[in-house]
Amino acid sequence: MRLLLRETTLSFRRAPVLSLLSITTIAFALFVVGLVGLVALNLRQTLGQLEERVEVVAYLARGTPIEVVTVALADVQALPGVEAVVYVTQEEALQRARRDMEEFQDVYDDLVTNPLPASIEVRLSPGHRDSESVARIAEWMRGFRFVDDIQFGREWVEKLDRLRNIATVVGLVIGGAFAVASIIIIGTTVRMSVLHRSREIAIMRLVGATDGFIRRPFLLDGLIKGALGGIAAIGLNYAAYGAVNQMFSATFFNAQQALLLVAFGMALGLLASALSVGRHLGRVQQS
Amino acid sequence: MIRFKKVFKSFRADSLALKDASFHIAKGEFAFLTGHSGAGKSTVLRLIYADQLPTSGEVRVSGFVTTKLKRREVPRLRRRLGIVFQDFRLLEDRTVEENVAFALEVTGVRRSIIAPKVMRVLTQVGLAAKAGAYPRELSGGEQQRVAIARALVNDPLVLLADEPTGNLDERATRGVFQLLRDINGNGTAVIMATHDLSLVRSVSQRTIELQDGAIVYDSAIDDRGAGDVAP
Repeated sequence: MRLLLRETTLSFRRAPVLSLLSITTIAFALFVVGLVGLVALNLRQTLGQLEERVEVVAYLARGTPIEVVTVALADVQALPGVEAVVYVTQEEALQRARRDMEEFQDVYDDLVTNPLPASIEVRLSPGHRDSESVARIAEWMRGFRFVDDIQFGREWVEKLDRLRNIATVVGLVIGGAFAVASIIIIGTTVRMSVLHRSREIAIMRLVGATDGFIRRPFLLDGLIKGALGGIAAIGLNYAAYGAVNQMFSATFFNAQQALLLVAFGMALGLLASALSVGRHLGRVQQS
Repeated sequence: MIRFKKVFKSFRADSLALKDASFHIAKGEFAFLTGHSGAGKSTVLRLIYADQLPTSGEVRVSGFVTTKLKRREVPRLRRRLGIVFQDFRLLEDRTVEENVAFALEVTGVRRSIIAPKVMRVLTQVGLAAKAGAYPRELSGGEQQRVAIARALVNDPLVLLADEPTGNLDERATRGVFQLLRDINGNGTAVIMATHDLSLVRSVSQRTIELQDGAIVYDSAIDDRGAGDVAP
């Protein structure tokens, strides 16, 4: 273990500029991956807040008896994906209107009869706030004879869906591209390191070191560079988050997500080293 | 302990580096491999330490048959051998002691055993006083002694020396050669490839001469008849 650490740190000490360069490149690659992650995180949170407002409203025909409504409420509540069902009477609808639209106060005062219909408002549970679930519940409620009209903002639910899909695809594509770039960069630094140490590797082989033994310092090297790059990337992301947060409120990674980014860096470093060292060790000749 | 049986080796389709080579080297024996540059001396050594495999024929080294050797078994074979080259192949950024210890460290020998073993071989090659020196601070002869110490530290059965005196002046050559003979005197077989005929003639040792990849002379046949050469 001691020898492994010594051999690994040796590559850092022998080529400090190269090592620093590779850590910096990994850091920038992971910074972009992190940025995509941050955008996705904040977008998801915003979408989540918007989604909470996704509901289906069924306007009821005048004079629908309360007993009928009560039965319907129980039926709707039993539907899968329904979080809450609220019955809004005509009076409550008017009170809401008075509260929400104060500029029409005079109009409300002059009313002889209440023109607003009673309604059933259905809030959907998380995971069922997509356009398909909304449309399914709306269609089901249309089956009640006492339902006059249904509103559920189909278009913006669909838009939300699309936005979320686009964000996911863009995130995956950009993140994937940078992950591949990281692998190529780490692979190149490992290759240079192998060539730099080819004399040592040849001697190791001559005196009977196993391939696994020769490979280990390079793997650890990639792992450490990936971890350091990941930590630096979190710092860069935090700086970016700080700048954005001054303009509007944003969310940063929690400890688990930050660790995940470092772990991702380590996995990239290890994978790149393993791929590169396997290919290039074979080229180091004995004599 | 080392047996070549009708060994052919070609690196290119149109030429043979080794042709129908058969010989046997016994435990504790000293043998010269002689011949001009390109005669096949290094090829014989590379076949022994499994850096190359024969194109046809069989090479046996201390119980290993190299044609059947799996890649993962090569390190085990090499741990039974010590190898020395003309250009020393020392690590310039490590001291004499570290260069020798390196051979033990990479084979997983315990740290507590390494230091005394290293000092023992450095004393044997006469360099105990220069344990802390770097290769660039040593003469050619001293650097070759370090390389020999590194080859010896694993207690090999055979020491393979590929032109070990090729880069040395006459005095250093004599010193290194005497060291190899002393090592042989302690029971380690030594195979020394050299084109220095004056060195070969100065002692009475087994000599195998190669010419264009073929063995043209083996003193063991003259001394003891054909029985020593494998059929």
